[in-house]
Amino acid sequence: MAAPLSVEVEFGGGAELLFDGVKKHQVTLPGQEEPWDIRNLLVWIKKNLLKERPELFIQGDSVRPGILVLINDADWELLGELDYQLQDQDTILFISTLHGG
Amino acid sequence: MCQVGENYGEPATEESQPAPRPGLDKTPVLDCKEGLPVVVIRAGDAFCSRDCFKAFYTHKFRAMLGKNRLIFPGEKVLLAWSGGPSSSSMVWQVLEGLSQDSAKRLRFVPGVIFVDEGAACGQSPEDRAKTLAEVKLILQTVGFPWYLVALEEVFGLPPAVLRCSAQEPAGTAGAYKAAVDSFLQQQHTPGTEGAEDSPSLAQQQGQLCQPPPQGPMGLQSPTGPPAAAQTEALSRLFHSVKTLTAKEELLQTLRTHLILHVARAHGYSKVMTGESCTRLAIKLMTNLALGRGAFLAWDTGFSDERHGDVVVVRPMRDHTLKEVAFYNHLFAVPSVFTPAIDTKAPEKASIHRLMEAFLLRLQTQFPSTVSTVYRTSEKLAKAPRDSHDTAHSEPRCLLCLCTLDVDGADSATAFGAQTSSHLSQMQPHTALAEAGMHPVPCCPPEVGSAQGCCRGPCERGDPRVCVLEWLCYGCRVNMKDLPSLDSLPPYILAEAQLRRQRAWVLQEVQEYLIADSDGEAETA
Repeated sequence: MAAPLSVEVEFGGGAELLFDGVKKHQVTLPGQEEPWDIRNLLVWIKKNLLKERPELFIQGDSVRPGILVLINDADWELLGELDYQLQDQDTILFISTLHGG
Repeated sequence: MCQVGENYGEPATEESQPAPRPGLDKTPVLDCKEGLPVVVIRAGDAFCSRDCFKAFYTHKFRAMLGKNRLIFPGEKVLLAWSGGPSSSSMVWQVLEGLSQDSAKRLRFVPGVIFVDEGAACGQSPEDRAKTLAEVKLILQTVGFPWYLVALEEVFGLPPAVLRCSAQEPAGTAGAYKAAVDSFLQQQHTPGTEGAEDSPSLAQQQGQLCQPPPQGPMGLQSPTGPPAAAQTEALSRLFHSVKTLTAKEELLQTLRTHLILHVARAHGYSKVMTGESCTRLAIKLMTNLALGRGAFLAWDTGFSDERHGDVVVVRPMRDHTLKEVAFYNHLFAVPSVFTPAIDTKAPEKASIHRLMEAFLLRLQTQFPSTVSTVYRTSEKLAKAPRDSHDTAHSEPRCLLCLCTLDVDGADSATAFGAQTSSHLSQMQPHTALAEAGMHPVPCCPPEVGSAQGCCRGPCERGDPRVCVLEWLCYGCRVNMKDLPSLDSLPPYILAEAQLRRQRAWVLQEVQEYLIADSDGEAETA
């Protein structure tokens, strides 16, 4: 049983437009059976934060190609991508590099 | 490759071991022994710590400029800044480059142009004002002379924008060396060696911080928002375009013309655009699909000399968007997000979007995709500019300003057949003229030379034909999605008419010339 986590989720490069234009979201993830990883976080974001056109942000179980993910200012590719286990107070930043955001 | 920048301080003593990804055995960053790894740059074989990423990034930018030797010392260079990540990064690289110590300092004189495209993208006046305020704030921080131009100003452009200057772009290797030498000499003549350096730097910076001589607004129009009528006309134009693909192309064309005009008006001989390697790879594939294959080398190469006197340079073409985004984030490079014409559009809305999605998706599975496509663009060679009077001998596309790739008598391809039939339907005169048969002029040549009724085969016919015949293949296809060409800015229509008139006169003259030489041949 994983304890509830408090993390900061940020959007940039135009990705924030899908979230009502809000860039920073301080969120509390509820406790659940399995530990929180990025894969779960994306599902949670889709359910709770994403306001419109989910296909422009999430494709399959990952982010849309062209959206970069930074975990505590480091490339998520260094940290195991979808399998990275979230820690309390982590900052997850999504930057869209797509044309037009 | 983490050793590219020579001086990034003493290596730290403690080694911060990153948790390497499975399959990442070789991690060059470890040689650097400095800081935490931050970014995987390419194909998982290299990742850098923060400092050495910065050195690597800056080196790449300067190497791109250095190896091409196109920008002369003291030359005026206009930085085309859209507010987006790549061009913002470019402006910051130039800013840093100018403030470095004397040996490494960039030596050109920059200015920044921002084109406000709000009207084309359907932004509300309030949003536009907000964006402009942000833009101005950043421009003031940068301190270069700047030009803030609204896209509406295309309605006030003169037709001369569309004429390629006959002037050869200066720039051979020898000329570059000579220019550098003379620049260095100039710098060294006043004062003694040691003392001279700092005042000249201060002087130069002082000069840079001055506002541009004509105030911040670039064109003739006074400061303030563009006229409502022009905004209206522009949004009407963009609304009338049927597909997003054609809209994007049109926007790009108009923007280029505007930047070109500002560059010429203020004596800039180079324009730098911030297209990244990722963007260029996408552009290459998109342009292939759009039927612009003949101009790939110009559209995606490092330098683009199609305009003659103003050369477009792409110094960011070695940086991937990922690098750019990381750099901007890590080093807090300010940028302005403005919704583009395709913001929130679905993935299949335009060829541009589709290609972007295609390449980026492929890139996630095959990490060398973008670089492979990009390397291909590097190998494309341009046909040399043959003579000094290229501008006169070869007709150029009215929109993209490339040499026309459409053969008037092209009947071998489906497109050729289609256009010629289209043209002949619309305008019997054109078909006749193209077939070499001279139509009977409606008035004697003496009368109808300039202003008379012979001026107007266009006016009598459809302006569409008149414009279409001066377009290259790709632009013709795009213009099919524009139901009425009347809404195009007047300078394009005026130039089309002028060209047709000139072609008319030329044909007339040529007829006499041929008759003359025939006669001579016979007598000889």
